[in-house]
Order: sequence, then C-alpha cells, then structure tokens
Amino acid sequence: MKVQTKPGAAPRIETKTGADLLVESLIKEKVDILFGYPGGAVLPIYDALYRARESFTHILTRHEQGAIHAAEGYARVSGKPGVVIATSGPGATNLVTGIADAMIDSLPLVVFTGQVARGVIGTDAFQEADVMGITTPITKHNYQVQHVSDLPRIVREAFHIASTGRPGPVVVDIPKDISANSCEDEYDDDFHLPGYQPNIKPNPLQLKKLANALETAERPVILAGAGVMFGNASDELRKFAEKHSLPVVTTLLGLGSFPGSHPLALGMAGMHGTFTANRALYECDLLINIGARFDDRLTGNLEHFAPTATVAHIDIDPAEIGKNVTTHIPVVSDSKAALQSLFYHAESTSNHDDWLQHLTDYQKENPLWYKNPAKEMVPQWLIEAVHNVTNGNAIVTTDVGQHQMWAAQYYAFEEPDRWVTSGGLGTMGFGFPAAIGAQLAKPEETVIAFVGDGGFQMTLQELSVLQERQLPVKVIIVNNGALGMVRQWQETFYEERYSESLLQIQPDFVKLADSYGIRGYRIDTQEEFIDLLPEVFSYNGPVVLDCRVLRQENVYPMIAPGKGLHQMIGVKP
Amino acid sequence: MRRIITATVQNRSGVLNRITGLLQKRQFNIESISVGRTETDSISKMTLVVEVEDNQKLEQLTKQLNKQIDVLKVTDITDKAIVSRELALIKVVSAGQLRNELQGIIEPFRASIIDVSKDSLSIQVTGKPEKIEALIELLRPYGIKELARTGMTAFLRGHQPQSTELPSYSLLNR
Repeated sequence: MKVQTKPGAAPRIETKTGADLLVESLIKEKVDILFGYPGGAVLPIYDALYRARESFTHILTRHEQGAIHAAEGYARVSGKPGVVIATSGPGATNLVTGIADAMIDSLPLVVFTGQVARGVIGTDAFQEADVMGITTPITKHNYQVQHVSDLPRIVREAFHIASTGRPGPVVVDIPKDISANSCEDEYDDDFHLPGYQPNIKPNPLQLKKLANALETAERPVILAGAGVMFGNASDELRKFAEKHSLPVVTTLLGLGSFPGSHPLALGMAGMHGTFTANRALYECDLLINIGARFDDRLTGNLEHFAPTATVAHIDIDPAEIGKNVTTHIPVVSDSKAALQSLFYHAESTSNHDDWLQHLTDYQKENPLWYKNPAKEMVPQWLIEAVHNVTNGNAIVTTDVGQHQMWAAQYYAFEEPDRWVTSGGLGTMGFGFPAAIGAQLAKPEETVIAFVGDGGFQMTLQELSVLQERQLPVKVIIVNNGALGMVRQWQETFYEERYSESLLQIQPDFVKLADSYGIRGYRIDTQEEFIDLLPEVFSYNGPVVLDCRVLRQENVYPMIAPGKGLHQMIGVKP
Repeated sequence: MRRIITATVQNRSGVLNRITGLLQKRQFNIESISVGRTETDSISKMTLVVEVEDNQKLEQLTKQLNKQIDVLKVTDITDKAIVSRELALIKVVSAGQLRNELQGIIEPFRASIIDVSKDSLSIQVTGKPEKIEALIELLRPYGIKELARTGMTAFLRGHQPQSTELPSYSLLNR
C-alpha cells in the first residue's frame, strides 16, 4: 500500500487495478449498459465488472459484431455513447465492421479492446492483433493505454471525443497487464485537448450571407441530414422551414429530422429517393444543406447535382464542407445554433409560391408507386401495413438492401431518432442487433427490425439475446429468397445473370425462432399478414415474422450509377 | 501542384502513422516528410511536401489533417515568406587526384566534406531542395555511392511582408 501526495490534492491510497479504475470511470460517465464478449485479455476487466455488477447491465451477445451493432443502435436512439468491450485479437477484429459503420454514420461509441500484455506486444503473441494499426483509419480517435495511471484520463477523453463535435467511435486498447496491475503512480482524470475544439457557434458573417441568399432565392430547398438530429435541431428546422415556406428534402439518414407528412416535406432524395425530392435538388437556385455529407448515393453524378444553385452547407465538421460539392456559403456550426441564429436573422421577402406549386405538381404526378396484386405479399405493401398498424410511431431498424430502401420510402417518419439504418457503410447484419440496442435504450417503445433474409443470416445468433432479455423486438424478415439488391442490379445491369445472389437453401425461420424459445410465424399472403398484425403488436415479447414476398420486386424509382438526379428511371409504372 | 505544409502535433506515439495513414487513405502522395521536436517537449513539428491536384484537394488535405485530435495546427506555407532547408549526405567516388576538383565544386554550395576514405568522400550539404538537387547533379558524373536526404523542414520567416502593409508607409495616407 502506497500513499501518494501532491500539493493541493487529497492523498490517495493506490491499491486499485487498472480494471478497477476503468469500472470507476465507467460509473462516472454514467454508463449503465455495456455490450460485450469476454476473453483472455479482458479477464481482469470482467472480474472487476463482476464485482461491480450492480452498476451495469452487461449484454452478452453471441458475436462481437452483434455487440457493436447493438451499441450503435443504442447510441442512435439514446444519443449517448454506446459502450463495447471485446477481447484482444479475434475479439477486436470482429468489431472492425461496426467501428467503420459507426465512423461513417457518425455514431458515438466507446470501444474497449483487450490487448496482450505490454511485454509481448509486437511478438505475435497468442491472440495479438495490431488494434491501433487496424482501427486508426476507422475511428475518430484511438488510444493504447501505456500506464495504469493514464486510464481514468483516457476514458474521460474517449467519452468526450466520441460524443462531442461530429460524433464517432473511439477505441481504447488496454493491455492485459494494465488492467491487471495496480496503479503505482498518482492518477488524475483532468484532461486538456488543445487539438480538439469543435466549433459550435456559426460565423455571423457567413450566416448573414446565407440570410441574404435566402431573401433573393426563388427556388430554395433544404437538404436535411442526420446532423439535424445529432444537434437536436428538428424543432428549429420545422420552424425555420415553416417561417420561410422552404421545401425540405431529407437524406436516408436524415429521415425523421423533418415530419414525413408535413406539407413542405418532399421525402428522401438520392438513388432511390422520390422524383420530387431529386427534381427539387436539380432545379433549385439555393440549396441549404444542414448536416448531410453529400454522399455519392445522394448526389448521383456530381455534374448534374444542383447545377444552378448557390450551395450553402451547415456542418459541424469543417472537412465535410466543400469535400464533394463546391460550396458557396460554408457555415461551420452545430445545426441547432445555426438554425436558431438564422431564424432571427433571415427575413422572408421573396415569394416562391410558384416553386412550391411546381413541386406539389411533381408530387401529385409522380408519387411512389408499386403494383399490388392484393394477394401475394408485396414488400412495399408490407412496409405500409406495418406503418399503418404502428401509426408510424415505432423505432425502425434495417439492414442494407432492397428492404432498407422500401422501409425508407414507405415508412413515413414523423419524429427524429426513430430510424436506425446503416447508411454510409451499408452493413448487412446491422439491423437486427441494432434493434436490440434500440430496444434497450427505449424499453417502452415498439421496435421493429426490418431485415432481409440475407442480412438476417449474418447476425441471427443474437436471437439468444432477444430471448434472454425478453426484448419485445419484432423482427420482420422481408424474405425474397435472394440478396435482393444484388439480384436487382444483376437483372438491370448484368443481363439477368444471377451470379450467387439467389439463396436456394434457407433455414426454416419459424423453427429457428422456436429453437430459441421465440414466437415465429410464416406469412405468405396479405390476408394472413393483416390477420396476424394486431396479435404481433399487442404481444409484449419478441416475435420473428418470416414474410415471403415476391422475389421479382425491384426498388423504384432509381438513378442508375453515373447518372444525374434528373435521369431517374422507373418513375412511372 | 507542390505544396509545403507544416503541422504542429502532440508528440505521442502513433501520430506519424495517423498522419501518413490519413494521406494514404485520401490518396495524397507525400514527396517528403520530416518530423522533429519543437521548443516544447510535448510538441513536434512536421513538414510535409505534397503533390496535390487542385485547391479543392488542398483544402480537403489541410481540413482532414486539422481534424486529427493530436494535430494542433496546420499551415500551408507555400506562398509565404519562409525559411526552408534540407540536409543531404552524399558519398562520392573519389581517388586522391580528384579531391581538389571536388572541393572546388562543393565550395560555392557551402557544403563540407565530413568523411574521407581511400576511395570516397562524404559531403554534407544543407539548403533549399533545389540547391541540393543542383549539387547532386554536379556530383553525379563522379559516381555517387550513397545518398541520404532528410526531406524539407521549414517555417515562416519572422516577418511576413503583406501588401496591405504598404499603404501605411505612404505619406498620403498618414
């Protein structure tokens, strides 16, 4: 036992291990849920967690990928950082997909990975992987702890960095001897990050420019991205749009940032966006992007993206401004602060009723469409049916692919933070574990996971967690016996050569659910589905619905690769 | 276009890897990079010479560098008044009779001979990269056995002449 003293600081008796310090820090950060999977290099941490098990709910997923996607779902819905623990080597490498996913979709995560003891790092020791090297390009920041006494400070920095500015994942790699050894030095959790000072407040001159541009614009449009929700600025966005009668287009991740049924809402833009939203971006003379990063799936061919517009871009990350699209009015700011200031500065003088009428005409003439034979399950119909029975109030998660696009098109989101999807990375296997995290974050809400039959088979082992925790997630498998989006592209661009995209052998998903002790249903017709829905949603427990939908259904309308926003195909039946 | 960019960074392990990894990920080609400590122990300075396509790429490069947590400051000093130096060590084939001739070549460059052996001379030269290039070209016919260059390091001169400063010296404006 060693007593440390420092002038002005209370003496500390240092008998705590690194693992103890970590647990203390997690409690300080008000972490209550951990997603993880134990292993050799994190045994000291799990031992400390065992002693502190009153303070945490630890969710043991059946694969590390499940843990990190669940943490992403938790972070997206709660706004708090998702916390993940995995062991060294294979444990850490199994997290890579989720870390990259969180990075590109700006989700706050704090990821603790075990590492082999410092003495054997670099010797290709058992279960060693260069986690720093692997995760540097896919994290907002990462650390390898070199001294036990640094741990409390590093944990505080990690949470601060993950959850402020543009959110993102932070990895903390902890060698086993660091978590096992006692702290011999004094420790201090004060931190100072001179190189990290996110800019929150907008530059008044730039805002003035934007306000001026707005006054003279005849065809203005707002593009709302997920940054609106990260800044909790949905109310401000609605008031601002209403004050100036500005039509609002959302990105895939921005769905819900503006009420989907609002008269000014034009829906989602991009590759599978609405005709009206894409035309609005194509024809506008002022584009106000708030918190979207101009992804290529949104812009299509850049040559035809908002070709005649003055582009204003409000983003908390300066590096996003001007990255893909030439920006005339850059505003580095938190979305809330920018919208609040704009609300007071911008005066509405120009009249753009003609523009709004023009867009309304587009909406009337070119709505989303699908053919409904009224018997077999049509995926678009299925999403609408679920929307109707839940009154659009559920939290919806998805994988990536056709079902994701249909969910984005046909489940109109009225409120923010109810749409959890893998946008930037397009991760199959994301939706189901993300639903687990979302349900844990919001136990009272209805959580629906729309998954494809392909993506579900990447992480379906997490059904264990659903049953273990009795989470009432409704898993809706949009089962078309194919990797749908791959199949669609092969049909359209590869002359129907369905190379490895048809899933011939499928598990019996009902029996599979049953084997986990979960209710499962197979549905083949619309009638069966309608009959079953009330039961499914009144039951307060997990359900798996295997919905056999038409295989040949494609996602329309569409911008083919390399084409511009004005070159949509499949706009009309 | 060739740009000279300096980055002030925290002196921590992995920072260089972070920077070079970032440049690699974003497809920037580094012509040279030099790193060393500054007057403050915990802070290092990097000088990067990078080939970029256009201003938009350049802006992206500095913004991405600035985004790194360990990066304190990024400056493109290409168009500023700067002091830039590189050091090169050049081992040239040289038998006895050529030594005087070589001495004559390197003297105007203010280079110095730092090692002599039976059949070679080692020359140290510092200066702007162009000057070093020029000396290397002059020495090449003699046979260069070994060449080591540090890459450019640079910083701003103490005083930056600015066009806006000029009117203040004008008698008319006073």
